[in-house]
Amino acid sequence: MTFHQINLTVNGEAEQVVVASNVTLMRMLRENLALTGVKNGCSAGECGACTVLMNGEPVNSCMVLAVECEGAEIITVEGLAKDHQLDPLQSALINEGGVQCGFCTPGVLMSARALLNRNPQPGEDQIREALVGNLCRCTGYTRIVEGIQAAAAISAAGGRP
Amino acid sequence: MSADPQDSVQEAAPAYRVIGTRPIRQDGLDKVTGRAVFGADVRLPETLYGAVLRSPHAHARLLSIDTRQAEALPGVKAVVTAADLPAITLEGDWGDNLRYQSQNTLAADKVLYYGHAVAAVAAVSPHIASEALRSIQVVYDPLPAALDVRQAMREDAPILLDTLRTDSLGQRGNQPTNVASHARFERGDLEQGFAQAALVVEREFETATVHPGYIEPQNASAIYQSNGQVTIWCSTQAAFGIRDDVANVLQIPVGQICVIPTEIGGGFGGKNSAYLEPLAALLSKKSGGRPVKMAMNYSEVLAATGPTSASYIHVKVGVDRDGLITAAQATLVYAAGAYPGSPLWGGMPAIFGAYRVDNLRVDGYDVVVNRPRSGSLRAPGAANAVFASETVMDEICEKLGMDVLEFRRLNGVRQGDRRSDGVPLPRIGFHEALQAARQHPHYTAPLGGPHRGRGVACAYWGNHGGKSSATASVHADGSVSLLEGSVDVSGTRTSLAMQLAETLGIPLEAIHPRVADTNAVAYTEGSYGSRTTFATGWVVYELGQKLIALLSERAAILWETSPDQVQFAEGVFSHKGGEKRLAFKELAARLDETGSPLMASVSLAAGGAGPAFAVHLVDVEVDPETGKVQILRYTAVQDAGQAIHPGLVEGQIQGGVAQGIGWALHEGYVYDEAGRLLNANLLDYRLPTCLDVPAIEPVIVEMPNPRHPYGVRGVGEIPIIPPPAAIANAIARAVGVRLTQLPMSPGRVLAARLARDA
Repeated sequence: MTFHQINLTVNGEAEQVVVASNVTLMRMLRENLALTGVKNGCSAGECGACTVLMNGEPVNSCMVLAVECEGAEIITVEGLAKDHQLDPLQSALINEGGVQCGFCTPGVLMSARALLNRNPQPGEDQIREALVGNLCRCTGYTRIVEGIQAAAAISAAGGRP
Repeated sequence: MSADPQDSVQEAAPAYRVIGTRPIRQDGLDKVTGRAVFGADVRLPETLYGAVLRSPHAHARLLSIDTRQAEALPGVKAVVTAADLPAITLEGDWGDNLRYQSQNTLAADKVLYYGHAVAAVAAVSPHIASEALRSIQVVYDPLPAALDVRQAMREDAPILLDTLRTDSLGQRGNQPTNVASHARFERGDLEQGFAQAALVVEREFETATVHPGYIEPQNASAIYQSNGQVTIWCSTQAAFGIRDDVANVLQIPVGQICVIPTEIGGGFGGKNSAYLEPLAALLSKKSGGRPVKMAMNYSEVLAATGPTSASYIHVKVGVDRDGLITAAQATLVYAAGAYPGSPLWGGMPAIFGAYRVDNLRVDGYDVVVNRPRSGSLRAPGAANAVFASETVMDEICEKLGMDVLEFRRLNGVRQGDRRSDGVPLPRIGFHEALQAARQHPHYTAPLGGPHRGRGVACAYWGNHGGKSSATASVHADGSVSLLEGSVDVSGTRTSLAMQLAETLGIPLEAIHPRVADTNAVAYTEGSYGSRTTFATGWVVYELGQKLIALLSERAAILWETSPDQVQFAEGVFSHKGGEKRLAFKELAARLDETGSPLMASVSLAAGGAGPAFAVHLVDVEVDPETGKVQILRYTAVQDAGQAIHPGLVEGQIQGGVAQGIGWALHEGYVYDEAGRLLNANLLDYRLPTCLDVPAIEPVIVEMPNPRHPYGVRGVGEIPIIPPPAAIANAIARAVGVRLTQLPMSPGRVLAARLARDA
């Protein structure tokens, strides 16, 4: 097994991690950096629970090798809130009842954050399109979509609640 | 004849302070920040990683297992096979049941399904553990497989379990068989009922094996200490159930086992039983007490944990000229999977549960097949049964030219009518739900296009009560800790804390609910059967009453009077006929002056679960070229009893409907002829995505359950029942073909259309 030293930024902090060649970004985040908000559902890029932002784009972190992340900027669910101030998506998802078991929630939040970053006022169809890679078995999606709409409205009205 | 809903006794709704509001759920913050600790997030020092070797055959004799090479691999600390499990010598049905559980944990002399666990290893890394699995040599003698219930019932079918004999209506058979049991509900005179009918519709149905499909795979971490104490962290709906399963499989006393339930990433019935937990404990024991952590991958989840039964169902219903049901008959044949125990107990009462039927027969057959052992899935066994009966009812309405809701008004059960199993129904809200559906704008809205149709289906579900326990402590700042035995699978920390806050007359924020481990609270049944807000809610109400009585004694000490001179209302203790008053918080602050700290515990076995009824409306559009069904609009009306937290109730309805949509249109196990599961991944076993499910509108009807202090009925399970039937009925109205198989995939819809046109 070959090991590699990776330099990257995770949730705004510079990190240096030594990983084996076969370690995925998901495992590196969960095991080396203890960011267990990144969830492992299928390890096969099908459920979206492990979604993180890599250089601003949502990726299934189980489908990215850690060695591909040299110099990358990674944001996980742990990096959404700043100084006890929740991201509008986080508070809206709680307020609108878009959280049930909570296992898909981190991935949903990151896909939604990527969407709002590129389109601050998405329509329902655009929200559903952006979430198609995030399986949720609890909510039937209705309240997740409503939560993201509410977050977009909060942001339009002047940012964080 | 019972009264119409307008005439039914309706007490004025009590004025609640907390119940009926929509506070933010207690676990919300942890779940949006990534702080919630799920099973796989548990980290223990010196952890070993476990993995399971699984059968590539659907049915085979296990001739030998050679683990020597795996044991010799550097980094491997333990290897276990069925030879490491204690023999279960208990005789009788319960003994058989325990042996089945043991064999499902690790196959003994035969493997009975693709994915059946054969051996397990623990190693210093997951990578070495999977290497070790590859070096285990297993010699199989493959046998023919029986995959389908009707195939398994044939005389020449391969026999799965050599000792199985049919329990038919209480009589034990004497021949080897795959039919574990035959049960029956019967009343009236079926022949005479059908003779009186002006119209009889008789149809056959087949439904696929489907899985609960929680996103979080099963996982467990266990430590087996040298003194025999076992601690297990796992994702489960039933901490005490897992404790008992591990005790049974490892044959150790329950008192040696502590199960610590973590946050659970979905269960829906699928996380009631142990799979990895006994293996993790055994591997820990064999590796000198080091913690062993195990987690399934999703292929293992689908191939080896309990799906719900595939089924074959026959339904025959007769009605007179006015549409009144004269007779109804059904035969349900359910695939148990490798060991007996399909959810006939759910399907048989549900199939005609919404109807008053004087001449009735329902037969159920539990049949073992070479598929994973079936488990529970949300209203187990009901959605497939009701798919059959409600599509027949819809066809009757179509043939009679009768409004589908009028048909239900005419035939729907009311208080005092008998359930299929003979028990009279208590106060129910079925007709109120029917009325709400009729008055909903959806029912009369234009469909707005070709190839569109509207379907309706109804459902009955009995719900469950059962054993629950909780403990509460009062703190000096007036807050209350609530330790509950029920795992929170649906926001019940919140719905239980709300009931305690209501009882104590204090703010919800003053209650701190927590799910306890099995050493911290008395026995509590799992969070299944729509029981937690009902049964543990009742516990919490009694707990509140107990705390009030204890606090009244303390107030009496302060006021130098007797406790019966202290009264309590709306969070305030007062001296009867006197001026003295102490709010809950004020009295809590003075506990030190009156003696010991204050806590109370309550356990109870709750009877009186209130039956639930649901009426669903759905609009679909069928693509005439491809047969693809798109859901345009969905309205789900449900009698929830008193909704403690309407937002959580609505969430249960929406989630249940989405699962029902998956069952209806997408989901189903695909096996090849040899019994290998071909779609054991989430790409090919297709859970609904957000593009498959429309915005679902829940409509709550509140007919309080008279047998609960706050009128609670169960709500979580029934929403999954009507969707397959409602969607089938909508397809029939849209394109004129009646589907009799689940899932109603585009290919099947198209084939049915082409067959009709030919």
